[in-house]
Amino acid sequence: MNTAVNFTDAAKTALKNPTLRFNFRQAMDSLRERRAAQFPDQDELERARDLAGAIRRRSLNHLAEKLVQLESQCQKNGIQVHWAETPAQANEIILEVCQRHDAKHVIKGKSMVSEECHLNDYLAKHDIEALESDLGEYIVQIDGETPSHIIMPAIHKNKKEIAELFAEKIPGVEYTEDVDTLTAIARKVLRSKFETAAVGISGVNFAVAETGTLCLVENEGNGRMTTTVPPVHIAITGIEKVVPSLSDVAPLYSVLTRSATGQHATTYFNMISSPRREGERDGPQEVHLVLLDNGRSKIYQDERMQDTLKCIRCGACMNHCPVYTRIGGHAYGTVYPGPIGQILNPQQYGIDQQGEMLSACSLNGACGEACPVRIPIPSLISELRHEATRNDQAGTVYGQGALRKLHEAVVWGSWKWIHRTPWAYKAMGLAATRLRRLVPSAAMGPWTKTRVKPALAEKTLHELMKERES
Amino acid sequence: MSARDRILSRLQHDVIASDNEIDLSVHLDKQFDTQEKLERFTEKLESVHGEIIRCSENDWTQTLARVVDAEQIENLTLGLGALPDQAADAVSCAVRRYDADIEDWKGQLFSDVQAGFTTCRGGIAETGSLLLWPSIDEPRLLSLVPPIHIALLFAKDIANTFTEVLCTQNWQDGMPTNALMISGPSKSADIAQVLAYGVHGPKRLIVLLAE
Ligand code: SF4
Repeated sequence: MNTAVNFTDAAKTALKNPTLRFNFRQAMDSLRERRAAQFPDQDELERARDLAGAIRRRSLNHLAEKLVQLESQCQKNGIQVHWAETPAQANEIILEVCQRHDAKHVIKGKSMVSEECHLNDYLAKHDIEALESDLGEYIVQIDGETPSHIIMPAIHKNKKEIAELFAEKIPGVEYTEDVDTLTAIARKVLRSKFETAAVGISGVNFAVAETGTLCLVENEGNGRMTTTVPPVHIAITGIEKVVPSLSDVAPLYSVLTRSATGQHATTYFNMISSPRREGERDGPQEVHLVLLDNGRSKIYQDERMQDTLKCIRCGACMNHCPVYTRIGGHAYGTVYPGPIGQILNPQQYGIDQQGEMLSACSLNGACGEACPVRIPIPSLISELRHEATRNDQAGTVYGQGALRKLHEAVVWGSWKWIHRTPWAYKAMGLAATRLRRLVPSAAMGPWTKTRVKPALAEKTLHELMKERES
Repeated sequence: MSARDRILSRLQHDVIASDNEIDLSVHLDKQFDTQEKLERFTEKLESVHGEIIRCSENDWTQTLARVVDAEQIENLTLGLGALPDQAADAVSCAVRRYDADIEDWKGQLFSDVQAGFTTCRGGIAETGSLLLWPSIDEPRLLSLVPPIHIALLFAKDIANTFTEVLCTQNWQDGMPTNALMISGPSKSADIAQVLAYGVHGPKRLIVLLAE
């Protein structure tokens, strides 16, 4: 599915692109400011995070039971429920529904889980055109790209780039940088597609077990269009998105919108509980829910890692990440970029496939502090780094030990020995201070490539302290 | 074994961790008096480009008629029921009722209708939001497809928070096909973070706030 990419090379390329860096820097700065403005009261923020975290934890504690309840409630409401262990299975299920309705083109609302499945490509191979209707998704789709941010898919592009893209790709469109005009153009193209699509495909933000309700959060109205106009609606979501009761969604929604885009509320919160009922004038005749596992149940089985599944996909961790801000989303080469991607992708696809990005973290902790459901992202990254280098085969994550390097193991082995052996420790200290001028820059590895060699002290700390005491 | 059973079997665990207490006070403690509710609702909705016109419960139809004239709305689509009937009687523009299945007039709804009128189930002061339960009488697309959405909200129906609504109004006992919370007109910041309105849904949301 996802192929291994060379993260380091991609990151280097991104760093050399000033436009890209400017676009991300500007966007991330403003998203962070907007979030901060929504939480003027630190105490309230912490209580809201406690609450949201507790709700997600409780959902996970009873995940199997709640999924079964969700299934039976949905079925009672007339929603057809499908289970998929892999993206391939999810794609087959969706294709089967589309073909049964003779769909030639389908319209899509934003769904990161469908990105996980590479659903658009799959449908295209079966002669079904899947058109993205979220403005950001539409922009990246017509440029043959993937989203660079989970909330703002086209954040890496500036106005000029989008203006050029529209003029080039949409017939009859002239170059304009006027955002209202560009938006109106997309609206016009997509409106006709909404009207004629046989199937609408959307994601889900929260699935309520108690009532069998699918909740969608959005600003544009494309989500409502997708789930209301076509005769068939297929919702696809990860199995972790279930929450026990209806009253759980309000606190989660509240921290989601404020953390994601700094909005006190999004334009639409759309709660769908059934297909069109007897006598109703609109809405799809059929609603399907596809529940995708794709590695989530494996993450679930490891208690240390389970918190990964609390995520409500707000994107705040990437907005606050100094690495993401500099390299952008595409460098990760994965569906989920940034800190959430760093903990999710290696677990889903194996450290051997997508573990390289684990090194792109300074453990500064900003993501963990921003996360509205209190996922300890930095600790999970540390934990995964351990998994990545262990050689005892006692871990749980796919591809464990894949990033172990002999020289690193030797260095850390010696480090450990030196720190446990007093005479060696002393000798090491003396050597480092007395021979400090002899340490070659190259010995400091990549550190000195862009920095001057740090000056080592003349005397060890022990010596200095002794002098002070006497 | 089916995919379902295999997934569920992987989610079994022997010890169920005890649940932390769910303390909703951070939301439920937000209580506004009548005046504060109106102010807060207005401030929040206006901050996202919603337009609020205050009127009284007795004269909202006249206010609606004035809005329709002032905005030069040539045709207005309404649902069925007592309030939409009153609205239809009051306005001077062409009126159409959403009384047919969407399949029968999709093209027309998408291209000809200028404004849609709906009632609201309630509102939320904290976020300046409208609550709608579309129904047989007032279908889902009425608040979405027309470029202007005019909504009638009674001030007495404004609650403090969404959490309060979900904890006290027993929605879970009978969810409608579709329940909506609407906070402003359709918008997007997907192009270089510049806000644009009316992306897929209405460009304007006009709320008649009846006291
Ligand atoms: S990990 Fe936390 S901050 Fe990051 S997307 Fe998920 S919920 Fe948001």
